[in-house]
Amino acid sequence: MADTIAMEVARYQPGEDGAPTMARYDVPLRKDWVVLDGLNYIKDEIDGTVTFRWSCRMGICGSCGMTVNGEPKLTCATFLTDYAPGPVRVEPLANFPVIRDLVVDIDDFLDKLSEVKPWIVRDEAPLSAGEYLQTPEQLEEYRQYSMCINCMLCYSACPVYGLDPEFVGPAAIALAQRYNLDSRDEGAAERLDVLIHPEGLWACTFVGDCTRVCPKHVDPAGAIQRYKLTAALDTLKHYVLPRGGR
Amino acid sequence: MRRRRPVEPLVWLLFSGGGVVTAILVPVLLVLLGLAFPLGWIDPPPYEHIHAVLGHWIARIVLLGLCVLGFVHWAHRFRYTLHEGLKLQRLDAQISLLCYGLALIGSVWAVYILLFTG
Amino acid sequence: MSVRQTATAVRGRYQPRISLWWWLTKPSYLLFVLRELSSVFIAWFIVFLLLFVRAVYQGEGQYERFLDFAANPFVVFVNLVALAFVLLHTVTWFVLTPQALPLHLRGRRVPGGLIIASQYVGWLVVSAFVFWLVVGW
Repeated sequence: MADTIAMEVARYQPGEDGAPTMARYDVPLRKDWVVLDGLNYIKDEIDGTVTFRWSCRMGICGSCGMTVNGEPKLTCATFLTDYAPGPVRVEPLANFPVIRDLVVDIDDFLDKLSEVKPWIVRDEAPLSAGEYLQTPEQLEEYRQYSMCINCMLCYSACPVYGLDPEFVGPAAIALAQRYNLDSRDEGAAERLDVLIHPEGLWACTFVGDCTRVCPKHVDPAGAIQRYKLTAALDTLKHYVLPRGGR
Repeated sequence: MRRRRPVEPLVWLLFSGGGVVTAILVPVLLVLLGLAFPLGWIDPPPYEHIHAVLGHWIARIVLLGLCVLGFVHWAHRFRYTLHEGLKLQRLDAQISLLCYGLALIGSVWAVYILLFTG
Repeated sequence: MSVRQTATAVRGRYQPRISLWWWLTKPSYLLFVLRELSSVFIAWFIVFLLLFVRAVYQGEGQYERFLDFAANPFVVFVNLVALAFVLLHTVTWFVLTPQALPLHLRGRRVPGGLIIASQYVGWLVVSAFVFWLVVGW
């Protein structure tokens, strides 16, 4: 095994560059190093101005998503040796505006996320009534969708989001479904109001790449299709039984 | 407050129904009518037999369902393919009119043939 | 939702643009577009089927003429391509069904593989029935 590997890193300085350019750095190739280790080596030893987001280094925080050789990846879970002999091309997540180097503007995602009310909606009972009970089977209903870490790899993989920025997008819809399927939640109707419009559920054409790139196996594509079926049957009921059907 | 219900969900139901029906019925019909009979793998059925089969009201209803759902299936998928594949989002209204309009014309034609001919 | 516009309007942001050829950039995107284009061949076949049905209803002479039309090499070629796309449609539709339609039996989720396998069984049974009905043996 060679002892170094070349990393090509997208550099973009706001106000100076019209478009990102690629810079090449040689970093040590170690068996236990991930792409994020390579970036930290560059920042510590070669060029301190390289800018990127990261935090936990263990696939939980969802901050270090970038495009590695064209695929959206968590850079803390993507080993350099898998790309030997290199070079490894590291670019910011696709479909988002770039602020600087590898850092993207995630405001749009955060707005969409809060729109679908990803929390338990419920008329609060007094504390004395005790906790809301849930069986293991009820937990299993939504557990897969609750694994989302908001890393936005799915948005980066989704061509529909890239083409139509109004589309609510994979993670937000999967999280809406996560709460809809939670036995303690009563907010399904409110979320459906947000998602039943054409830029909500229906813009999705089941490309399925969100599910393929998800590091937590959430299956957003499946969640969206399930949600479509629920919404469609709900609408059918609404037309067939205009009064009292809901 | 409840927003006005779009018709999109109902179109999606028809699209999905069309997806199921065509996935199951089209391959065998296509192999028989499009390849096996013309290429002589299998002798085409005698006229009296095929006329009796297609003349039965159950066959008419099933074929009508296949045709109408199949046309809507095409319209919906093709609309989004143009929409995304060719980046024509701005022309969505015109594309929708064209696709669903053709599906409607095709469906009327199918009704005419299957219910008012033979 | 004007949020996005505000975000893009922030000065100094680099706004990437998706190429018209985005569906050629990844195998998964290409498969998606081919899958969607299968609908064109579905529509073609339904037109072909209606022409067949009409010919049968119109009499034996028209039926023979349709069979000649279907034997035209160009029509056979189109149908051969159509078969490839139709099979792509059937296979992808079956594969994606368990994702969109999770089934539960006695409180347990039915494994996706089982749903896919039972769809193939149903497909074979229906195809055999249609074959018997049309061909007569």
